[in-house]
This record gives sequence, C-alpha cells and structure tokens, in this order.
Amino acid sequence: MDLSMFLSVIIGAIFINNFILSKFLGLCSFIGISKETKPALYMGVSVTFVTTCASIITWAIYNFILVPFHVEYLRTISFILVIASFVQFVEMVIKKFSRALYRTLGIYLPLITVNCAVLGVAVLNSEMFFKPGVNTLTSFGLSALQGFCVGLGYILVMLFMSGIRERLELCDVPPSFKGAPIAFIIASLMSMAFMGFSGFRF
Amino acid sequence: MKKLLKEFFKGIGSENPTFRLVLGLCPTLAVSTSVINGLGMGVAATFVLLGSNIIISLLRKFIPDQIRIPCFIVIIATFVTIVELTMKAYAPELSKALGIFVPLIVVNCIVLGRAEAFACKQGVFSSTLDALGMGIGFTLALLLISGIREMLGNGTLFGLLIAKGFEPVLYLVLAPGALLVIGLLIGGINFLARRRSAI
Repeated sequence: MDLSMFLSVIIGAIFINNFILSKFLGLCSFIGISKETKPALYMGVSVTFVTTCASIITWAIYNFILVPFHVEYLRTISFILVIASFVQFVEMVIKKFSRALYRTLGIYLPLITVNCAVLGVAVLNSEMFFKPGVNTLTSFGLSALQGFCVGLGYILVMLFMSGIRERLELCDVPPSFKGAPIAFIIASLMSMAFMGFSGFRF
Repeated sequence: MKKLLKEFFKGIGSENPTFRLVLGLCPTLAVSTSVINGLGMGVAATFVLLGSNIIISLLRKFIPDQIRIPCFIVIIATFVTIVELTMKAYAPELSKALGIFVPLIVVNCIVLGRAEAFACKQGVFSSTLDALGMGIGFTLALLLISGIREMLGNGTLFGLLIAKGFEPVLYLVLAPGALLVIGLLIGGINFLARRRSAI
C-alpha cells in the first residue's frame, strides 16, 4: 500500500480532475439544481453517498462476477443496472424509515440514476484500478476513496456555483443569457480557476 | 406526410437537443476538442438512439408500465455495448480519444428522454424519424461546437492546418473553453429566437 497513491487520488478527484469542471460529468444536475444553496447541498450529499456505494458495489460485481466468468464486456450493462436498482432500493429504504429525510433527499434520488457522475466514477475506477497489476484489496480502497472524493468535489463546486447564482439574481443579466447560458459562462471562469490546481504533482 | 417530416425536422431545429432542450451536455462538451471526435461521438449516439428507439417502439405494448425505465436502460445499454466493442475493434484511436464517454452514452439524457417521451407512445416509423432527426441535430451541434473550438483553439479543421501565422487560443481546447463556447452559443441562439419572435 502506497500512501502517496491515496493522496494523489484524493487531491486528483477533488481538485485537479474535478468531475464537473474538468471532466464534464454530472453537468445536467449541476446546471439544473444550482439555483439555491440548500437544494444544491442536499443534491451533493446524495450524490456523494451514491457514488461511494456505487464504487464499492461495482468493484464487487467486477471482481467477483465479471472476471471469474470472463464476461468483462458486460461491464456497461451490468454497472448501470446495479446502480439503477441500488438507487431505487435506497429510495425505498429512506421512504420507509424517515419521512423527513425522504422529503429533503427523495426527489433528488431518481435524478441520480441517470447522472453521468455515478456511472462515470464506476467506469473510471474499472479503467484505472481494476487491472491485473493492482492488488485486489488496494483496488478496493482506491475505488471507494475515489468514489467518496468525487462526491466531495461535486459538493464543493455545487456550493460555489449556487452561492454565485444566488447573488446573480440581483444582477442585471441580458435577457437572452438568463438561466443556463450565464451559468455556463460562470462555470467556465470557475473551471479556469480550477486549472491552477493541475500544477500539483505528487 | 407533413406530420412525419415535422417529426424529423424538429430534432434539427426547433427542438434541437443541445441548444433548445439543453440535454446530453456532458459528452457534448467533453469530446468536442476536435471535429473528428465530435463526429465520432455524434454518429455513435445517433446509432444508439436509432436502435433503442426502434426496439422500444416495437416492444411498447409488451413492456409493463411500472418497470419501463429499467427495460429501456437494458435496451440502450445493449446498443451502447455494440458500439463500444465495434469502435474498439475498427477505430481504436477514436475509442481511445472518446474514452469513458462511449460507455456513458447509456446515461445520455437525450437517449432515455426520447425513449420515455416519444418511442414508448408512437409507432415504429415515426420513432425512427424522430431518432434520426434528434441524432442528426445532436451531431450538427457537436460539429458546430467542435468546429469552433478546433479552428480557434488549435488552428486546424479535421486535423488540417487552415491558417498560417495565427496564434491559436489554447484556452478554447481546454476544459473552460468548452463551457464558454456552449454558454455563448446558447445565449446567441436565444437572442436570435427572441428577436425573431419580437418581429
């Protein structure tokens, strides 16, 4: 186990290869739900939970089902099915046990099924870590960590963006640029700022 | 006939998935660094859209309503796997350039959106036309964005040098450039649409 490898995954997933700003994953929800801070935070927390769990589940599926039966080409189809049923399952559990939590997070869960960040992190893990050279346990640790940190990066950018957009309500934006276009331009400036992190090397 | 033509053209113009509906942006922005990549992504997505729309429209009477979303996802994922393997076999460079965005066509909102909004209600023929129109609209949008980014950001088009002595704006090929270009394009198209409706 190499500590610097873990550190580079943490910094890489949160800052350097931030999923929204440099990999363009999860853009639909980023533009759609970043109008106010509170929903943005709730969405971020749900995404973090789902990406972490999805990383662990897809790691298990890949290593214990796809590899032993030599059906790695079923990766895409099995991952998306497992993620979709997992999200549905979580939604049912939350609905059963906590109505209050369901009212705050429940509406975001169906959106997460088709959020590319979740499938993206699963596919990225399988391409980065599920290789013959990497020990199975290390690949488990790295995948779970990457899933969690991608979620943290998502929360970070969602909070920034929703903070800016709340202020933007008071500004005089040209009518054709209201809504999505101005949000993209702000995201572009933020992405430029985040490019500064790519100088970090470990 | 006129109605069918309308189904075909709405995807290209009035309901263009990228500019009017603002759907499926993740692959649009990520792969539009060069025209070749944009075209490859557009064709792959059009194939998936066409295949899934036809199959879903054929099966629309057999798919139970409660579990329709998982059924759609399985059908879409099958076509995506076909594209993924074909591309790996015949266009390995393109497959490497598009990277994880080929498997991610599964979660492209355009594909699932058309299945849910159109193919599960309409006949096979109009679903085919709808898929073709949407696919072509998506490909054209990708070509426009990747054309702008490649020309201004790299000074080339289809990999060929077009202007000598022109200092390329590297910013546009990098990640922030994609967001800027799409923001300005959507804003510009909104502006034109507003001016047209005002007259």
